[in-house]
Amino acid sequence: VTRRYDATSYVDRRGFLTLGAGALLGVVASWRQSTPQAPDSLPGTGPSGRLWDPARAGRPLDPVTVADNDAAIQAIEKQLHCTCGCNLDVYTCRTTDFTCTVSPALHQHVIGLAEKGMTGQQILDQFVREHGVAILMSPPKRGFNLAGYFAPSLLIVAAGVVLTLVLRRWTRAAVPAPVPDTPSSTGGTPEELERLRGELERLSV
Amino acid sequence: MTLLGTLALWLALLVGVWGALAGFVGGLKDRPDLARSARNAVFAMCGALVVAVAALEWALFQHDFNVEYVAAYTSRNLPIFYTWSALYAGQKGSLLFWATVLSAFGSLALVLTPRRHRELLPYVAAVVSVVAAFFISVMLFGHANPFQRLPYTPLDGSGLNPQLQNPGMVFHPPMLYLGYISITIPFAFAIAALLSKRLDTDWLVAIRKWTLLSWLFLSVGICLGMWWAYVELGWGGYWAWDPVENASLLPWLTMTAFLHSVMIQEKRGMLKKWNLALIIGSWLLSIFGTFITRSGVISSVHSFTQSSVGYFFLAFLIVSGVASFALYANRLPLLEAEARLESMVSREASFLFNNLLFIGIAFSVLWGTLFPILSELVQGVKITYGPATFNFVNIPLGLALLLLTGIGPLIAWRRASVPNLRRQFAVPATAGGFMALVLLVAGMRDFYAVVAMGLGAFVAATIVQEFARGTGARRRQYGEEYPLAFARLIARNRRRYGGYIVHAGIVILFVAFAGMAFKTETEATLRPGESASLRSPYGYTYTFTSLGLSQYDALNRQVTAAAVEVRRDGRKIGLLNPEKRQHVDAFGRPTFQPSTEPGIMSLLREDLYVVMGGVVNGTEQAVFRFTINPLVWWVWYGGMIIALGGLIVMWPGGSPAAKQSQAGYSVRLVGKQP
Repeated sequence: VTRRYDATSYVDRRGFLTLGAGALLGVVASWRQSTPQAPDSLPGTGPSGRLWDPARAGRPLDPVTVADNDAAIQAIEKQLHCTCGCNLDVYTCRTTDFTCTVSPALHQHVIGLAEKGMTGQQILDQFVREHGVAILMSPPKRGFNLAGYFAPSLLIVAAGVVLTLVLRRWTRAAVPAPVPDTPSSTGGTPEELERLRGELERLSV
Repeated sequence: MTLLGTLALWLALLVGVWGALAGFVGGLKDRPDLARSARNAVFAMCGALVVAVAALEWALFQHDFNVEYVAAYTSRNLPIFYTWSALYAGQKGSLLFWATVLSAFGSLALVLTPRRHRELLPYVAAVVSVVAAFFISVMLFGHANPFQRLPYTPLDGSGLNPQLQNPGMVFHPPMLYLGYISITIPFAFAIAALLSKRLDTDWLVAIRKWTLLSWLFLSVGICLGMWWAYVELGWGGYWAWDPVENASLLPWLTMTAFLHSVMIQEKRGMLKKWNLALIIGSWLLSIFGTFITRSGVISSVHSFTQSSVGYFFLAFLIVSGVASFALYANRLPLLEAEARLESMVSREASFLFNNLLFIGIAFSVLWGTLFPILSELVQGVKITYGPATFNFVNIPLGLALLLLTGIGPLIAWRRASVPNLRRQFAVPATAGGFMALVLLVAGMRDFYAVVAMGLGAFVAATIVQEFARGTGARRRQYGEEYPLAFARLIARNRRRYGGYIVHAGIVILFVAFAGMAFKTETEATLRPGESASLRSPYGYTYTFTSLGLSQYDALNRQVTAAAVEVRRDGRKIGLLNPEKRQHVDAFGRPTFQPSTEPGIMSLLREDLYVVMGGVVNGTEQAVFRFTINPLVWWVWYGGMIIALGGLIVMWPGGSPAAKQSQAGYSVRLVGKQP
C-alpha cells in the first residue's frame, strides 16, 4: 500500500484482490463461529436442523420404536378404548390426536405388560381389571352383552319369518285375475298394437 | 343489531304460536280466513327469522365481540367464509339457522303446493309453525339466545375450532341440516292427511319432491361429512360409527325405505299405514339426532357442549311422538289397502323385504348407539359399543340389502314367472359369481370383501342390463342412435332410471367400503433425507422420503409443514405436505391446541395419507404416520353418482301422462280389478 500526497491510500490490483480474499475468509470464518447450531439439512446430508419455533409443532414426541409398529401391540390397542374422551381406540388416538397424553401412557402400559411376557388376552384382562369393562372397544360376548350383538339380527330374522307368513296368507287370500284358457290369438289388431306402443312409450321405454 | 335480532326472535315466536293455532283451528273448523292467516303467519315468521339471521351475520362480520356467540366462535383474523359459516358452528346459531330454514321451507311448501291439496295446507302451516316455534322457544327460554351479550368486550374472539376451518364446514353442516329440516315438510303433510282424513294417495304426490329433496340433502350431507372427517380429522378413515354420524344415518335409512315402499302405495294402493309410520318415524329420528347432538347424553366427538337444551328436545320428542302416533292409531281404520299382494315372487314382496332390512339396519344402528346407556341401566356397567361391534352386526345386513338392491328392480310387479326370473337374473348372477371367483383366485381372502365385490358385480350387471335393454328397445322401436336412445330412456322415465343410477352409486360405495379391509399403515421417525416404505395391497412399494420441515405464518395460523417425497416402485409420483397448525388470534396468541393437517394423495386405486404427529427435540426429525387406504376415491365418486341419480329422479318436468302414471294412476287401475 502506497500513501499518496493527498493522504489517500493507493491499492494496486494484487493488493486489492488479496485484501478482498482475506475479508471474505474472515467473514466466512466469523459466520461459522456465530452459528453454533448444525447447518440446515438437505436430503441425505446428515443431522437435522433445529426448528425456528418448535412450540408451533405441538408437544415434543419421542422417536418411533419397533414396539410402536408391532402388529401384535397395535392389535391389542385397537381393542382398547382411550379414556381421554375421544371415543377412539388407543392406537387410533395416539396416532391421530398428538395432543393427547392419555393414549401414549396407555400404549406404554401395553408395551410394559407385553414385555413382561403377557399374551394379548392377558393384557386385555389386566386392563379390564384396572379400568373396568368399558375399556374394551367391544363388550365381551356374554350375559346381557349378547343382546348387543345378536338382538338386531334375531329381530330381523323373526320379523322376516312373520312377514313371510303374512305375505303367504295374503297371497293365498288374493283372488287371481281370471285368465282365459286359451288365448284368442297370439297377435292383436293394428289398433291394439298402436295403443300398446303408446302405453309403453308413456310408461317407460 | 342484536336488539333487533332478539326482537325478531320474539316476533317470530308470537307469529309462530298464532300460525299454529290459526292453522289447526282453520283446518278443523274449515275457516278459510284462519287458514289464510296461518299461511301468512308462516311467511311472517320466515321474514322475522331472516332478519334475526341478518342481525347475527352483521354481528359476526362486524366482530362485535360483546356478543357472546361472536366472541366464542370467531376472531378478527378468521377467513371470511368461516366467519359466515360461524352462523351454524355453535349450538345457538345452529338453532337459529334451523328455525329459519324450516320457516323458509314451510313458506315454499305453502306457495308451491298445487291448489288441489289446499285442504291440507292449514295443517301444514300449523305443523311447521309448531316446530319452528319450538326451536325459537329453545333459543329464548333454554339459555341459547345467540344475541346474548357479555358484561365486557374482549379484544378478540376465541376463533373457530381448527377442525371446523375446512371447506367441508361450509357445506357439510348446512346440507345435513337441510336434510333434517326438510323432513318436517313431509311430516307436516302426513299429519295434515291424518287430521283431514284425506288418506288416499294424493298427499303422497304432494310430498314426493320434498321427500326426495330431504333424502338428497341427507345423502349429500352424510357423504360430505365422511369427506370432511377423512381430510380433516387425521385418523385416516371416514366413518367411525360415532353417535352423531349414526344419528344422521337413521333418518336416511328410514327415508330410503319410504322412497321404496311409497312406490307400492302409488302403484298398488298398499302399505298406507306403513308409509305414514315411516314418515312420522323419520321426522322423530331427525329430532332424536338433534337431541343426541345437543344433550351430551352420549359422548361424541361432534357433540355441542352439554346444556339444558337437551331436555327441551327430549320433552319435544316424547310429546310429539306420542301425539303423532296417537293420531295415527286413531286413523288406522281409514288406512286399509286398496289391493292385495298376489305373489310372494313379486316386486311388491321384494320391496317389503327391502323395507324390513332398511328398518332392521336403522334399528340395529339405534340399538348400538343406545346400548351403552341400556347396559348401564340393566347391568349397572357402562360398556363401549365400538366400530368393530357395529361392523359385526351391520355388515351382514348391509350385504343382504345390497343383494336386494339387485333383485328388487328386476322382479315384475304383481307376479313373476320362473322363465321371467331366469331371463332377468342369468347374466347378473353369472357376473357376480365370476367376480367372486376371480377375486378368490387372485388371492383375496377377506370373506366380506369378496362377498361385497361379488354382490357389487351382480347388482352392477342388473343395472347395465336394464339400461341396455331399455336403450335397445328404443333403438328398435324408434330407430334412434344409441346415445340418443340412452338419453331419452333416462329423460322419459327419470324416476326409474335415476333410481338405477342411485343404485350404481350405492354399489360403488359398497365396493369402496370393502377396500378399507386392506388398509395398511406404519409409523416412522424421519430425519430429512430418510425414508420409510410401505407395500400397498396392489403389490406396489411406496417410499416416503422426508425432505425437511419449514415454518411460516398464514392468515390465522402458524404452520409447521413437512415436505415428503413419494415414490412408487422407485419412480417419483409427487410430494405431500402434512402440517401442524397452531391457530392464533389477531394478536398472535394461541387459540387452540396445535392441530394436524394430513397430506393426502388420491389415486384411483388407493389414497396415500400422511400425518405428521410432531417433531423430536425441536428438530426437523419428525414423527409420521403413513397409511395406504384402498379405493377411497370411489367413496366420493359413489356419493356424487348418488347425488346425480337423486337429481335426475327429482328433476321437474316430464310429460303429464308420465306424471300421472307415476302417481295414483295405477291405483285406480287396480281398484277396478275384481
